[in-house]
Amino acid sequence: MTEQTHFVEIRHAQKSFGTLEVLKDISLNVERGQIVGIIGSSGSGKSTLLRAINDLDPLTGGEIWLDGVQVNKTLPHRQYEKHINELRQHVGMVFQHFNLFPHMTARENVTMAPKMLKGLSQADADRLAEEQLDKVGMLERIDYYPSQLSGGQKQRVAIARALAMKPKLMLFDEATSALDPELVEEVNLVMKKLAEEHMTMIIVTHEMDFAASVCDRVLFMDKGVVVEEGPPSVLFKNPTQNRTREFLRKHIEGAS
Amino acid sequence: MGLDFSIIPKYMDIILLGVGWTVGITVAAALLSFVGGIIFAVIALYAPWLVRQPFRLIEWVFMGTPLLLQLFLIYFGLVQIGIDLPAFVAGIIGLGLHFAVYNSELIQTAILAVDKGQMEAARTLGCSRAQALRKVVIPQAVRAVIPPIGNNMIALLKDSALVSVIGVSELTLSAQRVIGKTYRPFEFYILAAAFYYVINLCMEWVQRKIERRISISR
Ligand SMILES: Nc1ncnc2c1ncn2[C@@H]1O[C@H](COP(=O)(O)OP(=O)(O)OP(=O)(O)O)[C@@H](O)[C@H]1O
Ligand SMILES: [Mg+2]
Repeated sequence: MTEQTHFVEIRHAQKSFGTLEVLKDISLNVERGQIVGIIGSSGSGKSTLLRAINDLDPLTGGEIWLDGVQVNKTLPHRQYEKHINELRQHVGMVFQHFNLFPHMTARENVTMAPKMLKGLSQADADRLAEEQLDKVGMLERIDYYPSQLSGGQKQRVAIARALAMKPKLMLFDEATSALDPELVEEVNLVMKKLAEEHMTMIIVTHEMDFAASVCDRVLFMDKGVVVEEGPPSVLFKNPTQNRTREFLRKHIEGAS
Repeated sequence: MGLDFSIIPKYMDIILLGVGWTVGITVAAALLSFVGGIIFAVIALYAPWLVRQPFRLIEWVFMGTPLLLQLFLIYFGLVQIGIDLPAFVAGIIGLGLHFAVYNSELIQTAILAVDKGQMEAARTLGCSRAQALRKVVIPQAVRAVIPPIGNNMIALLKDSALVSVIGVSELTLSAQRVIGKTYRPFEFYILAAAFYYVINLCMEWVQRKIERRISISR
């Protein structure tokens, strides 16, 4: 076993669902404070790779390391659960469909996990909720239920909920693709703000402009492999691979 | 002998006591059936095989046999193994477990119907599966089945009359006792029916209030 030197280190990740091989030997490093975008057509394995990082979809081969700790290490079941639950507290995740808890207000959504897992008092939890919801511009709606919020507002609350655990890594799985076009920008602005604060982020997205504007590096995935990666200025302007060129041509034409 | 409702006030205290027992037993059994329904549902879905088996037996007994027999079994049968319960307690347990089994079926279906993303979101925050079930999945499942559980509770109210067979002086038995003295079955059965109807209305009112309160949080 080699020494782990990167903040996030994915080594020869392999994932199959039954006989379907979804990730084929993917290796990827992310440094602290870096923002990495993942693009690629539907079914290429973007979500699966992202979800392997916090073990929602455990790998069937390879290793994932996060800040010196192996995510998918071999442990007896109970210890593994404990290890994963502890690790997930440091990894925020934002989903395409928000997955806010509908029976809780914005405040309760944000404070549920910190209260339960970190034993915050109600007063501290309230302060935390106000701080996090303020950050995403949702302070006025702190006692609203998700059913009373627009899609963009829901996603901002979902981001606040993830941030309330003070994660050192944030994973975004198409955070804006379920939103009406006019609501995309408010969520993008929150993500940009996080970028300015040097949050380490891995962002799966269909929005090429957004990826180009916030990411330090962009990966293009196709059929379970990383076809090409590089800074957005290179990957979007001068892709070396045919598959990348084809994807970008289709995608940028399709979008405009 | 014509109808004479004027004799009702004289026996009203006995009838009202019966109403009290019926309401008390119904409320207690309803709470038991609700909490028990959640516990049974969680066991049925998540407990290890060995733990599930005794509960499957309970489920089979309470779904597959008459409630009357279940009440006899709990009240008269358990004495033989040294469990001597007061009749009203036996009645509450019998009714409560009987309807817990029905509620459990509803709650199980509702738990499975909660969007998988809910469990995932809770797990990504670091919650264990048990914590996620308790805080996120089960509260949503329960909200979703409040209307059908309400229907079960109305059925429970009506079936509470069965505990008269083990000697609890609830509303039906109280009416019968009064009729034994007065030979006025029509008047007192009508009176009992009216009280059941009123209790029924109260339960529907409570159910509507609960539904209205949770409608925003679904
Ligand atoms: N739980 C699962 N069981 C079986 N197959 C799965 C499962 N999850 C994903 N897959 C399959 O794995 C492949 C990759 O899926 P994945 O969701 O990672 O793609 P994606 O790149 O995120 O696509 P999209 O852009 O549509 O979100 C797809 O063929 C998908 O059908
Ligand atoms: Mg996806």
